[in-house]
Amino acid sequence: MNVPEFFQKRIDAENAEEAQFEHQVHVCIAAGCASSGSNDIAEILEKTCEERGEDHPCRIKRVGCMGLCSRGPLVAHHQNGKEPAMYHSVTPDLAKEIARKLDGNPPKKNRLDPQMPFFARQKRVVLENAGLIDPENINHYFARGGYQSLNYVLEELSPEETVREVVTSGLRGRGGGGYPTGLKWSTVAKAGQGGQKYVVCNADEGDPGAFMDRVVLESDPHRILEGMQIAGHAVGANKGYIYIRGEYPLAIKHLTTAIRQARRATMLGHSVCGTTFDFDIELRIGAGAFVCGEETALIASIEGNRGTPRPRPPYPAEYGLWGKPTLINNVETYANIPAIFREGGEWFANIGTETSKGTKVFALAGEIENGGIIEVPMGISIKEIVNDMGGGVRNGGTCKAVQTGGPSGGCIPAQHFDSPVDYESLKKLGSIMGSGGMIIIDQKSSMVEVARFFMEFCMSESCGKCIPCRAGTAQLHQLLDDLLEGRATTRTLPLLEELCEVVRRTSLCGLGQSAPNPVLSTLRFFREEYEALAPAPDGKATDKVTV
Amino acid sequence: MLASGQIKTLKIDGRDVSAHENQTILEVARENGIKIPTLCFLEGLSVRGSCRLCLVAIKGSPRLEPACTTRCREGMEVETDNPELHQFRKRILELIFAERNHVCSVCVSNGHCELQALGAEFGLTHVEVAYQFPNMPLDLSHDRFVVDHNRCILCARCIRVCDEIEGAHTWDMMGRGKDARIISDMNEPWGESESCTSCGKCVQVCPTGALFEKGKSVAEMAKQRQFLPYLTIMRGGKR
Repeated sequence: MNVPEFFQKRIDAENAEEAQFEHQVHVCIAAGCASSGSNDIAEILEKTCEERGEDHPCRIKRVGCMGLCSRGPLVAHHQNGKEPAMYHSVTPDLAKEIARKLDGNPPKKNRLDPQMPFFARQKRVVLENAGLIDPENINHYFARGGYQSLNYVLEELSPEETVREVVTSGLRGRGGGGYPTGLKWSTVAKAGQGGQKYVVCNADEGDPGAFMDRVVLESDPHRILEGMQIAGHAVGANKGYIYIRGEYPLAIKHLTTAIRQARRATMLGHSVCGTTFDFDIELRIGAGAFVCGEETALIASIEGNRGTPRPRPPYPAEYGLWGKPTLINNVETYANIPAIFREGGEWFANIGTETSKGTKVFALAGEIENGGIIEVPMGISIKEIVNDMGGGVRNGGTCKAVQTGGPSGGCIPAQHFDSPVDYESLKKLGSIMGSGGMIIIDQKSSMVEVARFFMEFCMSESCGKCIPCRAGTAQLHQLLDDLLEGRATTRTLPLLEELCEVVRRTSLCGLGQSAPNPVLSTLRFFREEYEALAPAPDGKATDKVTV
Repeated sequence: MLASGQIKTLKIDGRDVSAHENQTILEVARENGIKIPTLCFLEGLSVRGSCRLCLVAIKGSPRLEPACTTRCREGMEVETDNPELHQFRKRILELIFAERNHVCSVCVSNGHCELQALGAEFGLTHVEVAYQFPNMPLDLSHDRFVVDHNRCILCARCIRVCDEIEGAHTWDMMGRGKDARIISDMNEPWGESESCTSCGKCVQVCPTGALFEKGKSVAEMAKQRQFLPYLTIMRGGKR
């Protein structure tokens, strides 16, 4: 791809700016590190560097997520031609030392090895810019090739060719369901007769333990704007909405800045990239309801109504926002798009497995040594993720299971850790890929308690529209509570199983239909833990097992 | 395409039936005398698909679909009842009975209640799941009507009739999950509602004794719904 003059100028300008600095110190200011005081660290670094004087210029770059969130604040020292030096758990004292010793001996304390599996085994597509660019500076995005895919698509490809490229890539929806993205785009492209259509980005990430979308939005917001506009060109829409949860103030701030900067740079709004294509994006901020991640509830919420799902069909592709054909994709799905058009759909299809192409971002949480964000090719085994990259269980414990897919997913026991991570394999194990949360559970934890935790979540997040989900999750929660509090009878377990089936089969939307999954999957692999808590069918109470 | 819309033929419980393109399974089933239990559905109001009692099995579809919102398709084979569906419906009714305080013997709608009738039809002699006994209030502030949240099943018929037929939109819902509850205006006492026209349509469409007329004692509150088909015709057709 030839770089058009418009882009080359901006790239040159940014490179010239960067060349002035021999040293660049990246400080992660994404929510994970910010919560451990990285903004103060950045200020200390700036102050200390100023003391160095003008002869030794140094730039402090406030960047997005570098991945190892559990050991923040993270700082990386980039020097011309050298491998960056990374530091974890940076204290104000260490920050001063780093800034003072930029030229000489860098401090050895709290150094991270860039070759450790956590970093070395990653393949970064979605996160290619995370931790390297200032998310609030559009020039940094331009310097990394940003918006060139959009320009290429608008200049060179027809909407049909755009859709075909996505079909070629084999990309599947990253929000959880794994629906083929190309198919979704072509459905929306064919829906309606040239009338109004919409493109919506679902950024209402709400699974406990999942923060992939937050990291993408905080670290590289322009990427989403670019992906959504390419989608707009493909399906024939000129208006986009990003539905983002209100609990992500930093992501909202970065997106707001990105939208303003993109408009000013003619990368958004009227005549995008100087073509005849118009596209504008607005933010819609969620008010804390998990169910609004369900697409029909999300639509209702954007329209200003109570965020409750409605029966499908009609699907949003046909009848979405204000009754118009609407394309809804997840943050990570859109984040893949610019890379697909830069490198080609074939390139993307070569990553991953037969049915699951590309990479997937996972959030490692729970009892794991290296907690944070990783991006790995599909098909990698759970063992590699948990034991090698994640460094196993914290404080030397042993891993019992890993919970994937949030409240709609399930628990995969340690004996199945050789299984590859792709949509089909996880489903076979009674879990789902989900949006990418992985919670590591150690031997000390009770699986019944895990199930109760997720059921409580579903119960309090049920919108209350349909009866099986509203009343059923409350009953399921109570049954799990009975088991754990020693109130179980011989009927508790059979009733639990039957109600799971009722809720799963009869609920209106995905939230209710998948709410029993954490119970069903723990019942499948850890049934003995349930049985130990319930009286035996002959009426005699078994020994109470305390876990 | 035909101007009047296409005609589809399908099978419901093994019987060949015909349907307009826009007709739902429930409409066609009722036309042909096939009974499907419903609670949130009421002819003349928009469909909601929330009570899940009208779920039917469709051949080739892995999911159960609500008959009230699913449109007929050519060659569709629908099963409206089987042991599994029967058991699901019974459990759903059980969940409703246990959710709030449905005490028929002291209810104004005893003998005139759709929920009670369905319970009897499904032979619901006892409830196995745990009674929740939530502490629910009554609102007696209106001159003529009462809302008793203990009996409410959140079917939203009152919300729909008030919005779609009366045009007042006095009722709506607040809270979520088991804490969801119908409210008048911005959660103000019904008697102080400025939008309420006191037409009483909500009371008449309520399937249980959650909304009733003042002065009615146990088993006296029979609902009058003759007005609804007339009003929907006058408003220019079915919704």
